[in-house]
Amino acid sequence: MSGGPGLESLVDQLISVITNDGRNIVGVLKGFDQATNIILDESHERVYSTKEGVQQLVLGLYIIRGDNISIVGEVDEDLDSNLDLTELRAHPLKPIIH
Amino acid sequence: MLFFSYFKDLVGREVTVELKNDLAIRGTLHSVDQYLNIKLENTRVVDQDKYPHMLSVRNCFIRGSVVRYVQLPADGVDTDLLHDATRREARGG
Repeated sequence: MSGGPGLESLVDQLISVITNDGRNIVGVLKGFDQATNIILDESHERVYSTKEGVQQLVLGLYIIRGDNISIVGEVDEDLDSNLDLTELRAHPLKPIIH
Repeated sequence: MLFFSYFKDLVGREVTVELKNDLAIRGTLHSVDQYLNIKLENTRVVDQDKYPHMLSVRNCFIRGSVVRYVQLPADGVDTDLLHDATRREARGG
């Protein structure tokens, strides 16, 4: 469908995915389909906590099932490189409750 | 298809989308599709201190299945028109 909110424009870009269980995975979008299933390359998870800064866990090549995706955000790399993740503290996001 | 058409008319307007994880995101409605997936531009999270998880995101795609509410501009809905269209659709066209 043309003109819809597809993910075509985000292919090969750095994106930030928020999953239904509240996790935040950042990586390069390599592919997607109608059901919002997503292939991410060079991905890592950003783990938020109130006790310490954001931890980054390397995940590598990842497929996320569309059912489990809440948000796909386009990462502004300038804004992102200016973020001091080691100083950022927050509760993890709540899971989606349907 | 009624609400799909309705949201298409709201493209370009400022809306707040509240998700089923309590996150609320404000931005300009860029596009919508048949699943009511939504793309917002110039986004900001309403409570950024509590939810700094999207600080480096300015454009985002929100899956229709996780949307709880869409807060509309006050003049964004012609209730009489929507009322009639809803009745027509309920009658089956």
